[in-house]
Amino acid sequence: MSPPRSTVRKRAVSEPVASETAIEIEQLVAAKEVVVACGPGGVGKTTTAAALAATVAARVGGRVLVLTVDPAKRLADALGIGALGNEATRIPTSAFTAVGVRPKGELHAAMLDMSESWDALVRRHAPDAGTAKQILANPLYQNISRRFSQGQDYIAMERLYELHEDGDYDLLVVDTPPSRNALDLLDAPARMQEFFSSRLLHWLTIPYRSRLVNAASRPFYSVADRVLGSQLLQDLADFFILLQTMRDGFVARADAVDRLLRDVRTTFLLVTTLEAVPGREASEMKAALASRKLHLGLLVCNKVLPTSLTDPAAARAADVVAEDAAALSEKLAPALAAKGGSAGSDEEMTPVVVERVLEEVAQSFSNFRQVATREAELLRELSASHDVTAIVPYQAGHITDLAGLLQMGARIWGETPTEPGRAKR
Amino acid sequence: MIDLLSRRLLFVTGKGGVGKTTVAAALGLLAAEQGKRTLVCEVEPKGDLSVAYECGSTPFHGREVSARLTAMSMDTEASLREYLKMIARVPVIGRIGPVAKAFDLVATAAPGVREILTIGKLCFEVRERHYDLVVVDASSTGQVVGQLAAPTGINELVRVGLVRNQTDWMLDILRDRQVTGAVIVTTPEEMPVSEAVDLASRLERETPVGLACVIANRVLPELFSTREELVFDKLSSPRMTTQLAQEAGLDGAAIRSVFASARLAVTIRRDGVAHLDRLRAGIEDSVPLLYLPYLFGRAHGLRAIRQVARSLGEEM
Repeated sequence: MSPPRSTVRKRAVSEPVASETAIEIEQLVAAKEVVVACGPGGVGKTTTAAALAATVAARVGGRVLVLTVDPAKRLADALGIGALGNEATRIPTSAFTAVGVRPKGELHAAMLDMSESWDALVRRHAPDAGTAKQILANPLYQNISRRFSQGQDYIAMERLYELHEDGDYDLLVVDTPPSRNALDLLDAPARMQEFFSSRLLHWLTIPYRSRLVNAASRPFYSVADRVLGSQLLQDLADFFILLQTMRDGFVARADAVDRLLRDVRTTFLLVTTLEAVPGREASEMKAALASRKLHLGLLVCNKVLPTSLTDPAAARAADVVAEDAAALSEKLAPALAAKGGSAGSDEEMTPVVVERVLEEVAQSFSNFRQVATREAELLRELSASHDVTAIVPYQAGHITDLAGLLQMGARIWGETPTEPGRAKR
Repeated sequence: MIDLLSRRLLFVTGKGGVGKTTVAAALGLLAAEQGKRTLVCEVEPKGDLSVAYECGSTPFHGREVSARLTAMSMDTEASLREYLKMIARVPVIGRIGPVAKAFDLVATAAPGVREILTIGKLCFEVRERHYDLVVVDASSTGQVVGQLAAPTGINELVRVGLVRNQTDWMLDILRDRQVTGAVIVTTPEEMPVSEAVDLASRLERETPVGLACVIANRVLPELFSTREELVFDKLSSPRMTTQLAQEAGLDGAAIRSVFASARLAVTIRRDGVAHLDRLRAGIEDSVPLLYLPYLFGRAHGLRAIRQVARSLGEEM
């Protein structure tokens, strides 16, 4: 359990009283140094990670860095990380004050550049500059570092470790790459260790000539040569031999990355929507975190429909409106027409049109009620046992600026912020 | 009328979570109903296809789901085994054990190997005419370009050998627009649409496969005409909702909740329409864009797939 913060920050009179969620989140981030955002694809994970980081920087303070993997272009532009590769940039205080917020801390953002990160890793672990150069120039390496999708998970964790080691930031919020499998991320360091420890790697790197006389491996090579061509195999062998030289460094590093994920200073942020498919994935992810004894500090349910949709009184009202639409429209039409308005409005307000509108309204309610009921069920399932759950209601539009991130942050904090003058479509 | 199903090989792709498996399963069902011998293949075997068809597992060698409809999951190791058996005529199958293990390592390191075995198996089914149509529940936007480009890319890596000799006939199948097409699935949201637009141009530039159509999934119905919306706006006023509550003998707050939900529905729909406009503008005019309605009901498995198949049939 995270220790309570010694001082609760004072709020201005006009601000809403801190919700329980807000207090819990602020305690959580004060006690942690690393927040790993995970969850299914397409649920707003990147935006949530950025919103959390921005809001912590604004309200709690300290140097906060959000490391994103693949932000939507407009969000990246808003954070000033468009094409800067691995370099972190600070979002200036003026960007906060421009939207009426005086931040207590600093917000920094960085994007994860896959190939640059791989290259850095090779340079670090290669025994000498010459080997590093050979690896970097190897065509197989170039293909892998740019296309090896499972490697992304490892690189994200590796970068996180490096940033944590540097100790430049009080809180690191890391967004994770969309995985085919949500668990890939958690197993990435272990897989890297396994890769380097495997006998097969050793076997493949036996010098090429001795292979031809090695009885055990001959069937494999004769098949592989015929299928893939000996050139590819030769390239592969060269590549693996080069990789072997980095083995110790890689294994030690993967081990350290794994330890950081399990560290008491690290917590996981699980982001999901309450739709069927992402919900199922999130629930598997949650179980996976628990079975690995990893700390799930915060569950954010995004794009959630309003609870009023599941209110039985509203459901009854919708039923009555649907049933009595004809009679009600007769009674309402005159009052609507009397309200005046644009020319020809009298004609528009005929009972027939009003009746159809009432029917549509009632129908739409019961449609969305079905969805909201499913969401409520899933929420009950997901939030059964975890530290903090934040519900972010459905919002039209897409967050593309700091104001939007802070607004989302306020919702995560459990507040209902007043809409600032955001441009209407 | 869109003759999507007259092709022989369809790759259904799109951002994760937009309903690729649902669309692929529905396309397969529709084709089988039209009398075509159809194979639906899940490239990333997460089991979604067996959930969609409610048919238990979908093994590499296929499971008959209904008349003329077979479902399978891709397994690159099994594909290698099949390939070695048939094409390379490797005599001793028992010896493949270590090959399969080593294969995993090689395939991880040598990009294109896994992809070529996936594409190869699919093209093989098309070439051998085991089926009239092969529908592929393909990888998501991140990986599908690499997969489809593999036959071209492998030529750069593998200079000799059987794999290299095999890529030419695959390319003949993939390049032919009458035979092969990609179907991009998206939803009316920011990121799925952006990825769909981006993928559409990458497919054309980087792969031999042409874009056959784009399907916008989970499109909300339009609630009101312009005229009705005007009425709705007026009805939503506090005065009118109060009057409505009185006339109907209902609680004012309950009525306002009902109207608020309709307002939300209008907002979500409008938001989606803006993204759909962006989608239409972002893809070639010649590429058809189909719409599938949002399913509000609790529809799972085959029931949902049938609903989607029906909508697809109507759209085509």
